[in-house]
Amino acid sequence: MTAKKNLEVNVHHVTRLEGHGNIYVNVKNGNIEKCEWAIPEAPRFFEAMVVGRNWKELHHITSRICGICSIGHTLASLKATEAAMGITISDQDLKLRKLALHAENLQSHILHVGFLVLPDLMGVGSVIPLASSNPDEVKTVLGLHRMANDMSNLICGRTTHPQRLIPGGFSKIPSIKELINVRDRLKSSVPALQAVANLIKSLASKIPDFVRETEFIGLSNPDEYALYDGRIASTDTDSAPVKEYLSYTNEYIVPQSTAKWAKHERESYMVGALARLNINYDKLSPLAKKISELFGLKPVCHNPFMNNIAQLIEIVHSVEDSIKLINELDAAGLESQSEYNLPAVSVKAGQGIGAVEVPRGILFHDYTYDENGVCTKANCIIPTNQNHGNIELDMKALLPQILNKTEKEIELTLEMLVRAYDPCISCSTHAIKVHFV
Amino acid sequence: MKPKVAFFDFAGCEGDQLQIANLEEEILDLLGQVEVVSFREVMKEHSDDYDIAFVEGSCTRIQDEERLKQIRKNASVVVAIGSCATIGGINSLKNYQNLDAVKKTVYGEKADLFDTYLARPIDAVISVDAYVHGCPMTKEEFLHVVKSLLLGKKPDIPNYPVCVECKKNENVCAFERGEFCIGPVTRAGCNSCCVNEGTKCWGCRGLVDNPNENSQKEVLIKYGLSVDEAISKFRLYFGWEKKQ
Repeated sequence: MTAKKNLEVNVHHVTRLEGHGNIYVNVKNGNIEKCEWAIPEAPRFFEAMVVGRNWKELHHITSRICGICSIGHTLASLKATEAAMGITISDQDLKLRKLALHAENLQSHILHVGFLVLPDLMGVGSVIPLASSNPDEVKTVLGLHRMANDMSNLICGRTTHPQRLIPGGFSKIPSIKELINVRDRLKSSVPALQAVANLIKSLASKIPDFVRETEFIGLSNPDEYALYDGRIASTDTDSAPVKEYLSYTNEYIVPQSTAKWAKHERESYMVGALARLNINYDKLSPLAKKISELFGLKPVCHNPFMNNIAQLIEIVHSVEDSIKLINELDAAGLESQSEYNLPAVSVKAGQGIGAVEVPRGILFHDYTYDENGVCTKANCIIPTNQNHGNIELDMKALLPQILNKTEKEIELTLEMLVRAYDPCISCSTHAIKVHFV
Repeated sequence: MKPKVAFFDFAGCEGDQLQIANLEEEILDLLGQVEVVSFREVMKEHSDDYDIAFVEGSCTRIQDEERLKQIRKNASVVVAIGSCATIGGINSLKNYQNLDAVKKTVYGEKADLFDTYLARPIDAVISVDAYVHGCPMTKEEFLHVVKSLLLGKKPDIPNYPVCVECKKNENVCAFERGEFCIGPVTRAGCNSCCVNEGTKCWGCRGLVDNPNENSQKEVLIKYGLSVDEAISKFRLYFGWEKKQ
């Protein structure tokens, strides 16, 4: 029946994604003539925009690469500037930054799983009809999202485009009372998380059973589930220090996309929650591991649709690890700092690289400064860029398996595949300097 | 009948549309007042039949002008949301660089595959009826503008500098702390949020209608700051406004 199928699927501006992405599929007499993932988004040229700007502004500017991952971009940027100038931060500030990263992971993952993926699993076009058909579930998700935003606000001074995170530390920090209040809210969110996990488990049969072997890349750290710091690890090769990042990312340009693509050991690789979980499974917090077992998710999982489940597991991990971090801050006694804190920095020339795991995967910022602290060169490699090649290869492998479905079902399955990667295309369209040989 | 609203984005970070998601439970109240017919970030359905269009992001390519003109044609009210749409914002930093060189920096020899021109706010291409300033916009101001539009009233947006709010908040002046602050010429309405968090005003809400240039000059002289430095700081967000 499928052998002679003709099919044309052109999904312009796939919905429920950050940024614009298009799917092009053309099947003639059962032969796939075209199966393409394209990024038409207007490029913004951040690497060029920051050249000539002062080191004190770089994190403020590059935060604007992405509204959803603005805390992650700010942290990668600060780490790059700090590495270039030999700036160190206190153990307390390190813990607060880890909390900032957890807060963003929570915001972003809850938004994606609750507002963007759940409608697919429940067979509706958006979260809006769910507000009337499943008001309790929607309110639970909204409540969790509010908690994550309040936490971001408290640590970073804002939920989007943070203010308190500055080179060398923080301009302002929360009080221990405020932190304990957040900790108690995190603790009492556990039943709601369990309810969301159970709801998704009851819909798990809607998650396509699709497997394509690929390489997973993410940070790893012997002491913890790596998010803020670590070495670059791969499920295919040995790990390496962050300074060797270019040998992992190998970006290249394809004509259909303003975003650059990347490859390492194979034709493509995947970054994000599933990659992190595949690399760092043993370091997950206890309840996160239980949720993992509930869904039968074990490393190495090669089903990209399970990235949504990996996000759910990471939500639980971030909640548990944040509670632990706040307990540690409380036990050590939170040291106060001066108002309008501005850490002393001796400006010098140099290059620095910052790598951080952000909701969609590993992120690199690489800056070079002159002796006045003016940026002369910048390179930012964004998670979604690293995933584009893998998305297209998954589409090509998935399409022949679903050709017997209706056009509508095929379209939806391909869209769900793209959404599973949670692509953040507004970030990904300004890529990096490439060296042509 | 509830007015139909649609959301669109151009070159930007989508952080302003995120503020709508961040309304949390208030979204449900908002949905009681308007019918959302297009919002690519959160829904699959799309319709070109809408009354109010919210537009985020700058126009940075000639081909995007067509899309904007179509939105203007379809909507009776167009609202620019966030700095990129209201004033050009951070995107206009690239306007001070050679655009061919910018493209080559990012795309190398394949630069010709991609288009770009001077980044500009939405009202440089189409007429705009209301503005929600800020990077990102605040949820409170967004709701104020929406309510005003629904009641057929003109939104009440401050036309005095951030310094007014900052003094009320009893912050230590950023200049006194050795920082270069853009608050004296930047439109208020943010409750001096960045200074409250221990930093300074960066200028994201754009210039007040009639910035007091003399008092700005006095500030520069008082704190021994150079005009070059001032120009560099102004470019961070005012790049398009000052170039006009």
